Amino acid sequence: MAPLNHILALSVILFGLGAAGFVIRRNIITIFMCIELMLNAVNLAFVGFSRYLGDLSGQIFVFFVIVVAAAEAAVGLAIIIAVERNRQTLAIDEIDSMKM
Amino acid sequence: MSTVQASDFICILPQIILSGFAILVMVFEPFVPAARRVMLGWFALFAVASAGAALAWTSTLPGTAFGGSVEASFFSIFFMALFLLVAALCLLGSFDYLARDHVQHGEYYALILMATVGMCFMASSTELILVFLGLEISSISTYILAGFKRQDALSNESALKYFLLGSFATAFFLYGIAFVYGLSGTTNLTALAERIHAQSSPPIMLWVALLLMFIGLAFKVSTAPFHVWTPDVYQGAPAPVTAFLSVGPKAAAFAVMLRVFLVTFAGEGAVLFWLLWISAALTMIIGNLGALAQTNVKRMLAYSAIAHAGYVLVGLATGGEEGSASVMFYLLVYALMNVGAFLLIAHLAGTGEHWTNIEDFRGLGFERPGVAACLTALMLSLGGFPTTAGFLGKFYLFRAAVGAGLTGLTVIAVVTSVISVYYYLRLVVVMYMQEGTPQAPSAPMPWPLRVALAVCVAGIFLLGLFPGNVLTLAHLAAMPLP
Repeated sequence: MAPLNHILALSVILFGLGAAGFVIRRNIITIFMCIELMLNAVNLAFVGFSRYLGDLSGQIFVFFVIVVAAAEAAVGLAIIIAVERNRQTLAIDEIDSMKM
Repeated sequence: MSTVQASDFICILPQIILSGFAILVMVFEPFVPAARRVMLGWFALFAVASAGAALAWTSTLPGTAFGGSVEASFFSIFFMALFLLVAALCLLGSFDYLARDHVQHGEYYALILMATVGMCFMASSTELILVFLGLEISSISTYILAGFKRQDALSNESALKYFLLGSFATAFFLYGIAFVYGLSGTTNLTALAERIHAQSSPPIMLWVALLLMFIGLAFKVSTAPFHVWTPDVYQGAPAPVTAFLSVGPKAAAFAVMLRVFLVTFAGEGAVLFWLLWISAALTMIIGNLGALAQTNVKRMLAYSAIAHAGYVLVGLATGGEEGSASVMFYLLVYALMNVGAFLLIAHLAGTGEHWTNIEDFRGLGFERPGVAACLTALMLSLGGFPTTAGFLGKFYLFRAAVGAGLTGLTVIAVVTSVISVYYYLRLVVVMYMQEGTPQAPSAPMPWPLRVALAVCVAGIFLLGLFPGNVLTLAHLAAMPLP
């Protein structure tokens, strides 16, 4: 049985990796995967806290988060496809037609 | 565990009505011929009106529902009425815009309704998980709306940026909720407040949780330094959608901020105060200075929207009943003037929104005096000229701030809003004092848009001259907040 500290440390590391990847990565799909990584870090924290507190509601929240992440993925990928069709690129740096 | 009763459903009746009609719009859409799809828009407007009637009924039965996770209070009803007003105005302004730009689809109207449902839950929920769900319902709907012209490269880009940064922010907000849950064992805001106040020295992790939630919400209300997405998204999105998302989700996120930061975390005053103080100052400076350099009207108004979020943050930093009431009054005023301005620009920009540069408005004052007068009134109100509501809104915010001893912040606010007069007046000067003819082909203004604009402009002057009743309502709504 892993103690709460270990679970939280893993969760923080995953969240940090996701946030860093969001800033560093230049491919839209990878950036999107980084966001998913952050959401899963949140799920891990919820489950860890839920077991530590002996309270089931934390695990129920995880279901909500998974559902929301799925909805977000559906919309996000659709937007990414629309962008790709219009511009034939997935590099975030090339999508900057609105600079002053 | 409490069982679900009929009264629970009455508490969320406006949301139920909006969701039901949104689904109906989607079901009817394939059966309505393309030329008559505007009918779906009127149907959606009817839904908003019905939800308004339901809200009026709910307001006579205040209380909590579903085991204390949703409430009907003056606070929630004030904000829900604001969201319904914004939705109605944006619908009225969208009918002819969508036909003109060949994107007349029923989904647009359904998404506006869905986004409104999400915002209503954000304002009425006292449970962090439900707040999160409301936030996501409204965000996901507005991501799609921002990219609604899917053949248009700018609209795509706007949706992509809004989506990526919006989801990024959501993850922060959610991580904050996870820590709050871990530290206190509850996500119910009422129970949470009791547990926080019971502790003599709150754990340092609580501040981390607070900071994470603040970052998430700061993205949503576009405060500096989390504002970078705002100009691109507001410029690229279809203008009626910009009108909606520059006001609706922003006001909803401010409602969450008022509830979470001023009630639940009221004990963490000092940390929170400086957080709000610094971001208010930064937001006002960056927003107003950024707007000075813009040549595109939509982009200029995007920076102005950032600046206005800064003024509202001044009210949040003030706190107390006075501060909260002035925040709510200002959000209503801001909604009227910003929706009006973006809807008018949506009309003036012409097909495909080709003419959105400030220079394109040359000579509009002579060519179309009525339209120009309308736009002038909106700009003067945004700039905060006396007799308009924009002035009174700012006056109440700043007076509350001075009353609470925030002199430094008020000085920054006043100086930056004086700077803002320059860029609002520049548009007026271009319309009235520069030779030339307007670039966009002159199209007659459709009557639904006329109604929406009449409401906005009349509202600005009414609230500017006779603010009494609305201000009383705002104070009533702010009462439960300490």
